Amino acid sequence: MINNLKKDARGLFIGSVVALLCSGSVAAEPITVVSWGGSYGAAQDNALFNDASKNSGIEINRESGASMSKTCLQVESNSVSWDLVVTGSGGAAAAAAKGCLEKIDYSVVDVSDFYPNLYTDYCVGSDVFATVMAWNTDKYGEPGSANAPKSWADFWDVEKFPGTRSYRANNVDGALEPALMADGVPADKVYEVLSTRAGIERAINKIRELKPHIAVFWESGAMQAQLMKDGEVDMITGWNGRFDNAKKDGAKVGYTFNQALLDYDCFAMPKGAPNKETAMKFLAEISKAEYQANLPFHITYGPTNKMAYEVTTAPKELLEALPSHPKNVPLMMPVNLDWYANHRAEALELYMELLSE
Amino acid sequence: MPVSPDIERSMLNGQELKSQKKREEWVLLGLSLPAIFVIALVVILPVGWLFYLSFVDGHGSFSLEHYQKMVEYKSYARVFIATFKVSALTTLICIVLGYPIAYFLAALPSRWSGIFMLAVLLPFWTSLLVRTYAWLVLLQRKGLLNDLAIQIGLWDSPVKLVHNMTGTLIGMAHIMLPFLVLPLYGAMKKIEPDMMQAASNLGASPVRAFGSIYLPLSISGLAAGSLIVFVLCLGFYVTPAVLGGGRVVMVATQITAILEHQFNWGAASALGVVLLLATVLVLYLAGRFFKFDTALFGKR
Repeated sequence: MINNLKKDARGLFIGSVVALLCSGSVAAEPITVVSWGGSYGAAQDNALFNDASKNSGIEINRESGASMSKTCLQVESNSVSWDLVVTGSGGAAAAAAKGCLEKIDYSVVDVSDFYPNLYTDYCVGSDVFATVMAWNTDKYGEPGSANAPKSWADFWDVEKFPGTRSYRANNVDGALEPALMADGVPADKVYEVLSTRAGIERAINKIRELKPHIAVFWESGAMQAQLMKDGEVDMITGWNGRFDNAKKDGAKVGYTFNQALLDYDCFAMPKGAPNKETAMKFLAEISKAEYQANLPFHITYGPTNKMAYEVTTAPKELLEALPSHPKNVPLMMPVNLDWYANHRAEALELYMELLSE
Repeated sequence: MPVSPDIERSMLNGQELKSQKKREEWVLLGLSLPAIFVIALVVILPVGWLFYLSFVDGHGSFSLEHYQKMVEYKSYARVFIATFKVSALTTLICIVLGYPIAYFLAALPSRWSGIFMLAVLLPFWTSLLVRTYAWLVLLQRKGLLNDLAIQIGLWDSPVKLVHNMTGTLIGMAHIMLPFLVLPLYGAMKKIEPDMMQAASNLGASPVRAFGSIYLPLSISGLAAGSLIVFVLCLGFYVTPAVLGGGRVVMVATQITAILEHQFNWGAASALGVVLLLATVLVLYLAGRFFKFDTALFGKR
């Protein structure tokens, strides 16, 4: 018995030495790919990461808890362990401005079939999503029905739609635009109004007006889904794909693309990523249409690669539910990254003032 | 004048004693060096770095901008007030709940108190996140408690128990309770039961005996427990974030917001510095009323 154990241990030791030697010389080290939790990360695993890893032979370590602040922390402390990180477009722009990101090598990553606004020097669009208003369909009816809410003005109208609301916590991204539209500002004038302190305060005041009815402030996409599944609130802002997945799980939730904010997520590479070249190849692989074409099956976020619409086997109804579908885009308002670059810090301070009241 | 042999011997002895004492001090210092080193490494250095960062702006030069911002925007003062309010209320709830529990435990024969102590400690060993989310499941609008209360007719529409101050205090008091009960139980266990009997023998009513004997003797444990609870609460993040529903914004929440969305280490450090100084100040003021060294180290 003891002898056997010893033999096993010896075998294991020799095995691991051989493995160590091999990994140094033959196979590339696994790269670390970091995404978010909940249904989003799972959708990327199923549509992009698993198949791309198999087909390219690039091994990956999948981690959760992607964040640009942690990325910057790794870069500034010279201890970068991540190779590819998922981020919102605004977060990527801010991190790039701080010098935390590696430039994308577009001779490796082919974006010739991408929508033009969905990649930058520092990040490659992974999916298009929308910040929408969603509601409990038991309470206010199915989307499109006569009495269902249709606009941000309805979100603010607690007499016509009595009930509780949920709004964004501790982060101002996508929080001010709806308030101004509810206050009667046309979509194409929103960022113009927001470019002054008075405009930001106007939006904050509009949210202040709704605050007594905001029962919960949400922190994450997973929380949006949970709040609607539990019936904790009646109307909420949030990311369209999360609500579709909550609905699949039995939540009574519906939403509209009308006046929604059109935005995208992307992949960024921390400056000094340990496996830069391999990770760049992997980024090229997952940006291919064939993988993006599978994304709608797992979460209703649109592809950034136009070709994905050509090669996908997804049914028409599913494609029409995507935020980047030509039918939906005109209903929405694209998020302006320049505004975030210039005004986000000040807007966040004022928003935190409102939250701490 | 010749020194008498006796005095001479005692002086020699005195010198011997003195050098022995010196040697002992050096040995003690040598023994505590690793601890001093660790404290310097994990406490003094990082806190010093925190101070440094809070005085540096985005371009790496000295600046007070992070502190100016705390004055300019009202959220910072509010967040500090909320933090101290939540911590004080949690401590108060823990005292009200914890004192009788500790008294009960200390009064029980030891084989029984072991079992009941387990009941206090068992939740202590469960993950903080699990306990916090368990409260969420219990307290939310369509949670177990509201459902049950409506079914048996206690109230007709859901009562708001969570995503507010109420829920935060319930969750925090539950998590903090063992930190108060343990030191308090220790102090109570040391009180001789004979003293209470002596007090009754001398004609003191139970209330009088409790007030003049039991309470003063247990106060050191109570002070130690309250201190631990209060200080732990000041830095609490998870429970207020989950059960406060964004309506209870504490310093830790604000620090996270600044780090996550502005990548501004300086501003976050400044908040940390102010919290640290405010805590030290509160402890100093409290220390003038209670002798914490007695409470914490058992000196008399």
